[in-house]
Amino acid sequence: MDKFTVLSAVAAPLPEENIDTDKIIPARFLKTTKRTGLGVHAFDSMRYREDGSENPDFVLNQEPYRKAEILITYDNLGCGSSREHAPWALLDFGIRCVIAPSFADIFHNNCFKNGILPIVLPHDVCTQLMEDARMGGNARLTIDLPRQVVVRPDGTEVPFNVDPLRRKLLLEGLDDIGQTLQHEKEITTFEERRSKAQPWIPRIVLD
Amino acid sequence: MAPRTLFDKIWDSHVVETLPDKTAILYIDRHLVHEVTSPQAFEGLRLSGRRLRHPDATIAVVDHNVPTSDRTQPIEEAESRNQIETLERNVKEFGVPYFPLLSARQGIVHVVGPEQGISLPGMTIVCGDSHTSTHGAMGALAFGIGTSEVEHVMATQTILQKPAKNMKVVVEGQVGPGVTAKDIMLAIIGHIGTAGGTGHVIEFAGSAIRELDMAGRMTICNMSIEAGARAGLVAPDETTFEYVRGRPFAPKGEGFDEAVAYWKTLAADEGAHYDRVVELRAEDITPVLTWGTSPETVIPVTGTVPDPAAEADPGKRAQMQRMLDYMGLEAGQKIAGTPVDVVFIGSCTNSRIEDLRAAAAIAAGRKVAEGVRAMIVPGSGIVKAQAEEEGLDKVFLEAGFEWREAGCSMCLGMNPDRLTPGQRCASTSNRNFEGRQGPGGRTHLLSPAMAAAAAVTGCLTDVRELI
Repeated sequence: MDKFTVLSAVAAPLPEENIDTDKIIPARFLKTTKRTGLGVHAFDSMRYREDGSENPDFVLNQEPYRKAEILITYDNLGCGSSREHAPWALLDFGIRCVIAPSFADIFHNNCFKNGILPIVLPHDVCTQLMEDARMGGNARLTIDLPRQVVVRPDGTEVPFNVDPLRRKLLLEGLDDIGQTLQHEKEITTFEERRSKAQPWIPRIVLD
Repeated sequence: MAPRTLFDKIWDSHVVETLPDKTAILYIDRHLVHEVTSPQAFEGLRLSGRRLRHPDATIAVVDHNVPTSDRTQPIEEAESRNQIETLERNVKEFGVPYFPLLSARQGIVHVVGPEQGISLPGMTIVCGDSHTSTHGAMGALAFGIGTSEVEHVMATQTILQKPAKNMKVVVEGQVGPGVTAKDIMLAIIGHIGTAGGTGHVIEFAGSAIRELDMAGRMTICNMSIEAGARAGLVAPDETTFEYVRGRPFAPKGEGFDEAVAYWKTLAADEGAHYDRVVELRAEDITPVLTWGTSPETVIPVTGTVPDPAAEADPGKRAQMQRMLDYMGLEAGQKIAGTPVDVVFIGSCTNSRIEDLRAAAAIAAGRKVAEGVRAMIVPGSGIVKAQAEEEGLDKVFLEAGFEWREAGCSMCLGMNPDRLTPGQRCASTSNRNFEGRQGPGGRTHLLSPAMAAAAAVTGCLTDVRELI
């Protein structure tokens, strides 16, 4: 996983609520066995017309947003399926930070696991940031994770909260399996204690 | 100790360790694996040289991608075939128990788990699929996870999580005729919205929930995710214990009695605290369906399509209009009588034997309307066999329904079962998002009985007119 420290980039405004994971990546593109290569299908139904050509009205098909690394939306971003293909598709497109007033739980979690920073900011602040983003190529936002602020094009700063453990993992680019395995002794102890207390819990063994 | 909820008790009994920031290392009892969200996780284990810690707490099936037509032929779609073959290589390499495509026990992972007695009360259950919430009907804490977490569970048999908040949805009273678990759950989602449960685990309670059989409880918990909740739960009771008794992987003999004694301790304590409580009266719930492209767009089947002009917020108004345009509906039109092209009865929400019986009761002695394609996709090979033993297949076939093999099918259209652009579908599945059942497809979510009613009349219909 790539580290996330300070990101200064173009932000794309997508002023919609309830953008579901089927919208981010439709199920028919989930047949891959890899994490990469899904960027071309991100937002497929909004991004392409029925004949496969680009829909010029969709923000990510417009300059400078083709190079957007930040996406700003309204409430409940990433609702629906648990598919991690949604953050994989965003990441493969180039998105490293998503900003919304609220996120669906699993998507929120999946973003962190892939080095994408999800930032929760109030609705009216998201509206302001979308207005900044509409100023075009010069309107870069800076996401400063060490200082936990979004720096707007006019230099004003918007503070945000992030879970300390997740912040640490993002800053260091660490996956959490290694960290959990440092507690392997405790896991084993837990298993031994439980198999004594609840010996009836069946093991799944096929004939 | 302070009084605890059902969720608190299951959570507390699975915490291996709490990290300084309150994140728990939470022990996982059952890990369900399918072909779509696991390949990258197995690959991750392989690349890091890690083992899969507990194959004997893991079960794999193929469901999302599989054809629901003749299975003696090779799978036509190359990518689907590759995903299935990849799973088969992975389960062999890592020693994971697996129900292959041609096994009678194959089926939708959320139908198979309870059916086999793999999902049990008091357990923690995860799967790389959001509808894992289904297993909450057993009185288990069950939730969907992403592929990175799938790999984490494979390697450690735990996940990292902070405790959820407690929410209780109480439905008291007796439902009227034609009102099913699906109607109750859609009514709840319509009431609290698709983000109404975010950050919470919902415990469903009240006499209308208690009265439900296990299939109904599974329908309710299944769609907890559509209300944004992390999981849904129903406290285990005699209905649960009788359901579990004798299932292939359930505890046997004295072990079963010991287990029941433990399961009886799980119900919430008197005075346990819920962060939010929502109450509905069963008598107020009618047969319902969705009109839009979000599961919260619920109206009674006797109702009319809402008018965006009545919405004050301009953003919401625009979104409603977009939904109407996509769905090909007019504000103010009566929803009943809208012609359908396809009827889909299946999915992890509504493909159990009880669901098929409800649909067959409406289909019996009637014919699928001309020009309508109506499909029945049982949730598992076991459900299919049971239905055939009861003669339900004949009822459906005589009425003109397709009788298919088990799988996720048209719920998400990863296999060839897909809507074409503009087709309108009465569907017993769980999501009506744009393009969910195929690009341009229009989905109305409803109960199996209402779906069968739509099949035989050719339009969205109040099932009460047919009973």
